[in-house]
This record gives sequence, C-alpha cells and structure tokens, in this order.
Amino acid sequence: MAVTDRKRTGSGRTRLISGPGLLLVWLYGVMVVGALSRSAVQISTDFGHAPLAYSLSAVAGVVYGFITYTLVRGGERARRAALVCCAAELAGVLVVGTWTVVEPSAFPDATVWSDYGIGYLFIPVLLPVTAMLWLRRAARPVGAA
Amino acid sequence: MLDALTIALAAAAIVLALWCGIAAYRDQSTKDRHFLGMAVVTLLATVQLVVGIVQLARGAKPEQGTVIFVAYLLGAFACTPAAGFLSLAERTRWGSATVAAGGVVLAVLELRLYDIWGG
Repeated sequence: MAVTDRKRTGSGRTRLISGPGLLLVWLYGVMVVGALSRSAVQISTDFGHAPLAYSLSAVAGVVYGFITYTLVRGGERARRAALVCCAAELAGVLVVGTWTVVEPSAFPDATVWSDYGIGYLFIPVLLPVTAMLWLRRAARPVGAA
Repeated sequence: MLDALTIALAAAAIVLALWCGIAAYRDQSTKDRHFLGMAVVTLLATVQLVVGIVQLARGAKPEQGTVIFVAYLLGAFACTPAAGFLSLAERTRWGSATVAAGGVVLAVLELRLYDIWGG
C-alpha cells in the first residue's frame, strides 16, 4: 500500500508529493526556512564577517526553495528541473563541504553546507541523493497516459 | 520557566517522533490519537511562544540575540501543525513518517532555543 506513488493530479501532471515525496517536500521546506532565515539574519546583521559563507547559505536556500516548488507543482518538466537542481545541490554540498574541510580559513563562520551539512544532521547531503532516487522512480513510463 | 518549557517540548517532540515513527514502521497512517498528541505538542509550543514574548517584553535579553530567538520560537510554533496538515493529505505510512521527521526537527529547534536563550 505504500507504493501508490504515482498519482495524477486533476491537471494530468505527475504528482511528485505522494508517498515518500511528501517526506522529501517536508524536509526541503524545513531546509528552505532554515537556510533562508539563517542567511537573512546573518547578511542583515553581520555580512562583513563572512560574506562568502552567508552568500552561499542564501544561494542554498534559493535552490531548496526552487526544488520545493517544483516538487509541489509536479509534472514531467518540473520533475526534470528538480533532478537538475538536486544534482546542482549535491555538487554544491560536496564542493563547499570539501572546501570547508580543506581550507577552513575561507569560512570564518559556518554555512548550511559546511562540513557536508554536519550542523544539519547531514540532511543537506542525504536529501539530494534521496530526492534523485525518488525522482528517477517517479519517471513517467513511456507511452503511459 | 522558559527553560523548563523548552526541555519539556524537546522531550515531547522526541516522544512524538518515536510514536509516529513506529506508526510509519508498521505501515499505518496517522490516527486521531496521533493528532491529539500533535495538539498537545502544539499547545506546549504556543505556551512557549507566549512566555518567550512576555519575557522579551519584560526586558529579558536572549544570550545569542533577540531576532534569532524570535525566529526559532516561531519556527518551533509552526513546526508541528505544518507536519500535521501534510500528514492529513497523505493517508499512508509516509504521512506518519513526515510527522516523525517534524518531531525530530522540533527537538533540534528546542535544543538550539535552549542555547540561544542561554539556559
């Protein structure tokens, strides 16, 4: 019963937020609020302290926001867009994560993606992987109405 | 007062997470009793929000800043209802899993709140 994954919305778009997709949307939603509010506070109060770190958090928040939107919207194009963004997100976490480990001095303060998202229970690195697996599975079978 | 509430909420959030986690594990959707549990947690979070704001109005200064404190208070307040509404729309184990994840998120928020307030 858990696998009623691909339902259709009234408009005929593939629903991406049924089943495991709902959990993904919830976690992405939390990350949107977390990353955006964090960077908003830091940029508005103390931008000069760690401009790179705070800007990266803001970018991460925007990417999370877009992925959340595409998941909620559903449909094949949204699914592809979400896949691309998840890949970008994963690349971001890996690059920034490695960067913070190799050269901590570039980051006087932590970002959402520091040390592969350790401050966020590694959700930033686990989420895109899970999301990409889910989105691949939600792919519309060829010829299906 | 606020510290006691924060600790109580963290504990309640973990219990909620385990409870709904078990439901998800058993392939069950959230039931009325789970929503009652969410209501209790939400009520506690509401009390925390009110107490926190009253403390601020009385001139208390959170150790790590008022803006961050208020942001976390609001986040903690909104967390459980948001997860609850999502699980209403998904009557499968994944609705329960979402509430369980919400419980973990709330517990983390409460731990941070404890530090921000300067317990």
